[in-house]
Amino acid sequence: MKNTLLSGLAGLLFGAGLLVAGMTRPDKVVAFLDVSGDWDPSLAFVMIGAIAVHFVAYRFVPKLGSPFLGGRFALPTRRDVDARLLLGAALFGIGWGIGGYCPGPALVSVVNGTSDALVFFGGLVAGMLAFNVTERAAAPAE
Amino acid sequence: MSADFTPFSALLGGALIGLAASVMLLGAGRVAGISGIFGGLLAPRAGDVAWRLAFVGGLLAAGVGAVLFAPSAFASDLVRPPLVLALAGVLVGYGTQLGNGCTSGHGVCGLSRLSPRSLASVVTFMLTGALAAVVTNHLLGGA
Repeated sequence: MKNTLLSGLAGLLFGAGLLVAGMTRPDKVVAFLDVSGDWDPSLAFVMIGAIAVHFVAYRFVPKLGSPFLGGRFALPTRRDVDARLLLGAALFGIGWGIGGYCPGPALVSVVNGTSDALVFFGGLVAGMLAFNVTERAAAPAE
Repeated sequence: MSADFTPFSALLGGALIGLAASVMLLGAGRVAGISGIFGGLLAPRAGDVAWRLAFVGGLLAAGVGAVLFAPSAFASDLVRPPLVLALAGVLVGYGTQLGNGCTSGHGVCGLSRLSPRSLASVVTFMLTGALAAVVTNHLLGGA
């Protein structure tokens, strides 16, 4: 229960941050990525602000030993760079550069109800479901 | 440079994002990777749904707050045909699942953790993102 409440609070804060930062404005995102045009470097500062805070938080992980709400830290441990990682990132970047939404802002913007936001969100869900289908097809039978 | 340069609100918003990710990390021991959290709802596993729903619900609640009190947060004059937008969404959905993360999981969380996988991911999606934006805007006239 506490975990659920905390996750809700984190989601709310995360969404507020995306909105304040300008990440829910696809024109601004594309103006950041389009370095050849009327370049708007603002969104680089989003990453700087986020990492400045979160980098410090990570320093407390070893000291704490376990999360405040109990259980264990469930953090990624892989360090290898493989083709799936790079291909996935490349495809994600292409979609981001065309549409101006990454997953967080796409979710936050759904409630605004514009046809652009809804169409992009529909594509996002379809892409994720398509991945689940191709993964299942590629996985050996159990 | 663009007249729409907003470094201070970008830094403040970024700090809020970092704070949100830190709440997840130190409170629940989890990475605040949005594509992973949301993707997990599309392939749900017993006992692993409530916190994901709550996080996504928080995101949506923030959106509702903006719709009511700060609709300019959604202002955009980007013009893309619906079919192109839908395809872009598919690429983002498929790509983030194949590559285990997006701007939040690999960007904010992975870089803060000094993960070489995340660094490789961020460099890759920034490069293809810039390339896609340039090509779509200038060579295809907004497609």
